[in-house]
Amino acid sequence: MVNIILSTALAIIIISIAITMIRFVKGKSSVDRVIAFDIMTIASIAMIAILAQLLGRIIYLDIALVYGLLSFLAVIIIAKYLEKSL
Amino acid sequence: MSYLLIISILLGIIMLAMAGIAIYHKSQVVAIIAAGALGLFASVMYLLLSAPDVAMTEAAIGSGLSTIIFFYVLNRIRTTDEKEEQQLKK
Amino acid sequence: MELFGAIITLLGAIFLLIASIGLVRMPDVYNRLQVGTKATTLGTILSLIGLAIVIPGWSGKLILLIIFVMMTNPVSSHVLARAAYYIKLPYTSRTVVDKLKVSDKVLNVEMEKRYGLESKTLKVK
Repeated sequence: MVNIILSTALAIIIISIAITMIRFVKGKSSVDRVIAFDIMTIASIAMIAILAQLLGRIIYLDIALVYGLLSFLAVIIIAKYLEKSL
Repeated sequence: MSYLLIISILLGIIMLAMAGIAIYHKSQVVAIIAAGALGLFASVMYLLLSAPDVAMTEAAIGSGLSTIIFFYVLNRIRTTDEKEEQQLKK
Repeated sequence: MELFGAIITLLGAIFLLIASIGLVRMPDVYNRLQVGTKATTLGTILSLIGLAIVIPGWSGKLILLIIFVMMTNPVSSHVLARAAYYIKLPYTSRTVVDKLKVSDKVLNVEMEKRYGLESKTLKVK
């Protein structure tokens, strides 16, 4: 029962990433695309944590941590570049 | 195991769209962001193929570090371009 | 108890879905930014709390991840909003007031009155 509910949550998160892709393709300015990138990263962290429970490995949580840290740095660098103050 | 297959197919479609944007978009900034997102989803795909070490390396190098280095270099190029334009105006 | 944690995780996933739908439907950069940071932070934290209830042995690393998300997500949103304001992205037509512009103008007038100088350092780039 728990596995079925967690699989449903995984499917919902994948669908939300696919909807975010619409804004990434369509968005007018580049800040819109950076926001879409940020949302995809945060949703991917939740997805990796649920996958770690479904596959039963704790080491996947470390990957989620590295993932969040580096994408945070990337978003900061992109924003500084767009602001012309890098 | 079938739901993992469906997730892999959806991730593959998203990765194909990201690669198309990274190749065909006009703006350099958007192309670099799309390449970074491609690296992120490639990392999740490696994780589905049960290779956590490769996934960690891909998330560190392919998504984070390459994006940061690309934007650093773009910033340097932009400043030198602006200086040359100012010198040409004088 | 495990069922309760799984339902909390499902609730977090639904919050992520609402965030992505709002990202598509909102008219403006700033509204999209607001949707994309609040709902996403709540959804991710709810998912991780639900997983910590399902498997209590992993709660150390999950709490570390929760603290990390709570610290980094508002910071990146704030930096993006600052960049969007300084490169002067357009508002939607239903915007009522711009508090930052008003406060900058008031500050400039006050500095001129007090020190008699033009206060170039306070102006927006």
